[in-house]
Amino acid sequence: MYDVVIIGAGITGAMLCRKLSGYQLRIAVIEKENDTAEGATMANSAVIHTGYDPEDGTLKAELNVKGAQQYEAICRDLHCLYKTVGAYIAACGAEEEAQLDVLAARADARGIPYRRLDRAQALGQEPNLSDGVTAVLDFYTTAVVYPWEVANACLECACENGAELFLNAPCQAIQRDGDCYVIETPAGSFRTRYVVNAAGVHADAIHAMVAEPSWHVTPRRGEYYVLDKDTQPIRHIIFPVPSKEKGKGVLAIPTVYGNTLIGPNSDFVDDPDDNGTSEDGLNYVRANISKTLKNIPLNRSIRNFAGVRPTTTCPDFIVEEVAGAPHFIDAVSIESPGLASAPAVADKIIEILSASLELIPDASAVMTRKAPVVPAELSQAERNELIRSNPAYGKIICRCEQISEGEIVDCIRRTCGARTVKGVKKRVRPGMGRCQGGFCEPRVVEILARELGISPLEVVYDGQDSRILERENRV
Amino acid sequence: MKQVQAVIIGGGSAGLSAAVTLKKQGISDVLVIEKDEEPGGILEQCIHNGFGLQTFKEQLSGPAYAERFIKMAQEQNVKILLNTTVTKLTADRTVEYVNAEEGVVQVQAGAVILAVGCYERPRGGINITGTRPAGIYTAGQAQRYLNIDGYMVGKRVFILGSGDIGLIMARRMTLEGAKVIGVAELMPYSNGLPRNMKQCLEDFNIPLLLSHTVSKVFGKDRLERIEVVAVDENRNPIAGSEQYFDVDTLLLSVGLIPENHLADHAGIVMDPSTKGPAVDDRYMTSAEGIFACGNGLHVHDLVDFVTLQAERAAEGAAAYLKSGKRKGSALHIRNGNQISYCVPSQFYPEDPAEKLTVYFRVRTPLDRGTLVIRSGEQIIRQVKKQKLLPSVMEEAVLTAKQMAVLTDDITIEITEEG
Ligand SMILES: Cc1cc2nc3c(=O)[nH]c(=O)nc-3n(C[C@H](O)[C@H](O)[C@H](O)COP(=O)(O)OP(=O)(O)OC[C@H]3O[C@@H](n4cnc5c(N)ncnc54)[C@H](O)[C@@H]3O)c2cc1C
Ligand SMILES: Cc1cc2nc3c(=O)[nH]c(=O)nc-3n(C[C@H](O)[C@H](O)[C@H](O)COP(=O)(O)OP(=O)(O)OC[C@H]3O[C@@H](n4cnc5c(N)ncnc54)[C@H](O)[C@@H]3O)c2cc1C
Repeated sequence: MYDVVIIGAGITGAMLCRKLSGYQLRIAVIEKENDTAEGATMANSAVIHTGYDPEDGTLKAELNVKGAQQYEAICRDLHCLYKTVGAYIAACGAEEEAQLDVLAARADARGIPYRRLDRAQALGQEPNLSDGVTAVLDFYTTAVVYPWEVANACLECACENGAELFLNAPCQAIQRDGDCYVIETPAGSFRTRYVVNAAGVHADAIHAMVAEPSWHVTPRRGEYYVLDKDTQPIRHIIFPVPSKEKGKGVLAIPTVYGNTLIGPNSDFVDDPDDNGTSEDGLNYVRANISKTLKNIPLNRSIRNFAGVRPTTTCPDFIVEEVAGAPHFIDAVSIESPGLASAPAVADKIIEILSASLELIPDASAVMTRKAPVVPAELSQAERNELIRSNPAYGKIICRCEQISEGEIVDCIRRTCGARTVKGVKKRVRPGMGRCQGGFCEPRVVEILARELGISPLEVVYDGQDSRILERENRV
Repeated sequence: MKQVQAVIIGGGSAGLSAAVTLKKQGISDVLVIEKDEEPGGILEQCIHNGFGLQTFKEQLSGPAYAERFIKMAQEQNVKILLNTTVTKLTADRTVEYVNAEEGVVQVQAGAVILAVGCYERPRGGINITGTRPAGIYTAGQAQRYLNIDGYMVGKRVFILGSGDIGLIMARRMTLEGAKVIGVAELMPYSNGLPRNMKQCLEDFNIPLLLSHTVSKVFGKDRLERIEVVAVDENRNPIAGSEQYFDVDTLLLSVGLIPENHLADHAGIVMDPSTKGPAVDDRYMTSAEGIFACGNGLHVHDLVDFVTLQAERAAEGAAAYLKSGKRKGSALHIRNGNQISYCVPSQFYPEDPAEKLTVYFRVRTPLDRGTLVIRSGEQIIRQVKKQKLLPSVMEEAVLTAKQMAVLTDDITIEITEEG
C-alpha cells in the first residue's frame, strides 16, 4: 500500500515527488513513457519566468513568483544547470511601450526586479534587435534550465530516498476501494491512499476515471528551431510584448549549453500526443521572429521539435482536491509558466495533503543529489587524475559535444539512469550537437547494450518499440 | 610543453597521405592523432570497390586503399596516436588532445595539418516536418551500422538525396535483402557521380525522383510512413503532388559538411563557399603554419584527389618548416559565373609553384561551356569543357610563367555558349 501515487513523471510530478520524499511516506510515480520527462517537460522554452506575466489574482501569478524564487537553490542542490541570462521584453512603438508599463507595474507589486532600457542601450547588449524595437524591459534575473535534467534529478533524488519510479506504466483505470484507490497499469496495480494527477495533456482522462471533469484539455502545440551553438545570435531571452491572443509570442532563447531556440508558435491540435512539427507552424515561427530580431541564422538549424501545452478550458492552473473524490488531487492545466512554477505547485499540493495526511519529516532523507562527473568542468590536473583512476573519461565518444565514455556510462548507471539512446542524449548530450548523433549514435548503442546486458538489437531510441537495428548482418 | 615538428589531426586517407609525404620530405618528427580505434577514417566503412584508380591504377575497396597508406606510414615510422581526440587548437599551433592513457596533453607543433574529414548534414539541417521516431539515419550512419557493426537498420527503405553515400547504400541494402522503394532528389539533377547513378540505381531498377523531396514523416516509435512531394523551380513544394510511402527506414544523403569546429575556434578564416578553411596554393590557412586538406577542407568524391591534395598540403608544411614565411603577398582566386567554389582561394605570384591546380565545382549541370581564367579584364586562359556536373570536381591549371606576371586577383568562370 502506497501513501501517495503520482501519475506523470514530468516536472510537476517530479518536483512533488522529491519534496514528498523528505517525509516518511511510501511514494510511487507511474509514468506511461519509457523515460522521465517525456511530455511538455521535454519540449518547451526552458525559461524560469520570474512571474511578471500572469494576471493579478490568479494561482498562476502566485505559484510562478514563489516557484521561480526556489529554482536556483533547487538546481544547486541537485547539480543541475541554472543559467541567469536575463529576459528582454522588446516593445515596438508607443502602443507596445504602454504594455511595458503594465508589466512593470505588476513586477513592482510582486517584488520582481527589472530595468528599462531605451533602444540604444538595448542595442548595445543585443545588436540583432530588429529595427522596429523602440524600448525594452530587462528582467535580468530570468534564468534558463534544462527542464528534463531538473525533472530527472528530482526523481533521482526522490528514488535515492526510497520513492519508486515505474516506467511504461500508463494508468488505465482507477477504482475506489474503501479508503483507498487502486490504479491499474500494465506494469501492475497500485493501491494507494492518495493520488496526484500530474498527467499533463492526459489529465482530463485521468480525472474522468474518478469524477466528471468540469474542464477539458485543449492541447496547443508549440514548434521550435534549434540553432548550432557556434551561431549565438543573442545573449538574453528576447520576447515580444505578450498579448492576450498570442500569449508570449515567438521568442529567442539562449539555452544552458549555448544553442539558441527560436519558437514557439501556438496551434490547437486534436491529438494531445501530436508533438510533430508542421510546415505552417515552422513558417509562422520563421515569419514572426523578425518582429523583434534580425539576422537570425535559421539556415544553421540543427533540429526542429515541438511540445504540446496542457492548456485546458480553465484559464488558470488547477491544483485542488477533486470534488467527490477525496484524497484525489489534480495538478492540471499546468501550461506555461508551469516549469517555473513547479516547486510552488508541489508546495501547494503538500499543503492540501497535510490537511488529512500526517507528514513526518524523514531524518535520513537527503535532498541533494550526487554531483555528476563533468570532465570539461575540471582543471587539467583534476581531469588527468580522473582519467588515471578511470580511463573511460579519456575516451571521447561524441566529438561535437566532447562527451567521454565515462560520462555516458555514469548516466546509465545512476538511479533513474538512461535506458535509451534519447535518454543518454537527454542526460549527457551526445547527439545534441551539430552532427545530431551521426558519428556517435552507433557507439552509444554499443555502450547501452553492454551496460544494460542486452543485445544491440534490443536497444531502443526512445519508446519501447523504437528499435534502431533490424537484424544482424555479418559478412 | 612537448614540441613536435608536425602534428596531423585526423588519420583518414588525407592524414595518412600527408604523414607519408612529410616523412619523404625529410620531416622526421611527425605525429598523427586519430580519434578512432583504427586509422583509415571513413574509408574503413566503404567496403565497395572504386578507390585508387588514379593513385594505384587499380580498383580497390576503401579498407584496401587505406591499408596501403597505413603500411606506407608504418614503413616510414609515422607515430599514430589512436583513440585520441584533439579537443583544442590555437592559432599559435598548440594542440590539445585527450586519451585514456595520457589524459589531457598539450603539444607545441611547428606545423599542423588539419585532416579532420566531414560530417553528414542531419535532418534538422533540412527541416523535414512531422514526428521524431527511430528509423531515420544519415546514410553514412547506416553504412557504419552495416559495414562495421554488422547490423541492418531496416526492411523498407527510402533515400532522400542523391549524394554518393545514399546511392551506395541503396545498392548495398538491396543486396542485403532490404527493399529500397526510391530515391528523391530536390534538384532537377543528381548529386552523385554518374557511375554511382548507373551501378547503384539503374542496375537495380530503383527509381530516382528528381525535383522531389520528403516533406513529412509519420510514426511514433519507429518510422511508418513518409510524404514525398514534387517541387517547383524555386524548390517550393507543389500542392497536390503528395505521394505516400510506407517505409520503416529513411536514409538522408543530403550533404557533407567539412568538420571545421577546431579551425573555427582557432580563429582561422573560413571560406563560406566550401564551409572549410580558406587556403592558399600550399594549402596553408589564415593561421601561419596551419594547413588543411581532405574532406575537412572541401568535400571530395574521389579519394585519389584527397591523396593528391594532402600531398600538396604536406609539401607546403615541409616548405614552411624549412623556410618559414613566403615571399610577397597573396592574390585571391574568386568564384566567377557558374562556379560554386574554388580551392585554393589564394596564391603567391612571387613565389610560384611549378604549376597551380585550382579545383572547382560548377553550380548546375552544363552540357558545354568555356572555362575562363581572368585577371582583371585580362584573359589568361580559356578551355572548352563538356558535360560539367556539380558532382564532379574539375581542375583549372596555371603555369608558373602565367602566374609570375599577375598583379590582380584572378577569377575562374564558365561562360556558357548561347
Ligand atoms: C511550447 C511550450 C513552451 C513552454 N515554455 C515554458 C517556459 O518557458 N517556462 C515555463 O515555466 N513553462 C513553459 N511551458 C510549460 C511547461 O512546459 C509545462 O507547464 C510543464 O512542463 C508541465 O509539466 P507537467 O509535469 O505538468 O506535464 P508533463 O511534462 O506533460 O508531464 C506529464 C506526464 O504524465 C505522463 N502521463 C500522461 N498520461 C499518463 C497516464 N495515463 N499514466 C501515466 N503517466 C501518464 C506523460 O507521459 C508525462 O510524462 C511551455 C510549454 C510548452 C508546450
Ligand atoms: C560513403 C563514401 C563513399 C565514398 N566512395 C568513394 C569511392 O567509391 N571512390 C573514391 O575514390 N572515393 C570515395 N569517397 C571519397 C573519399 O574516400 C573520402 O572523401 C576520403 O577518404 C576522405 O578522407 P579524409 O581523410 O579527408 O576524411 P576521413 O576519412 O573522414 O578522416 C578524417 C579522420 O579524422 C578523424 N578526426 C576528426 N576529428 C578529429 C579530432 N578532433 N581528433 C582526432 N581525430 C579526428 C576522424 O576520426 C577520421 O578518422 C567516398 C566517401 C564516402 C564518405
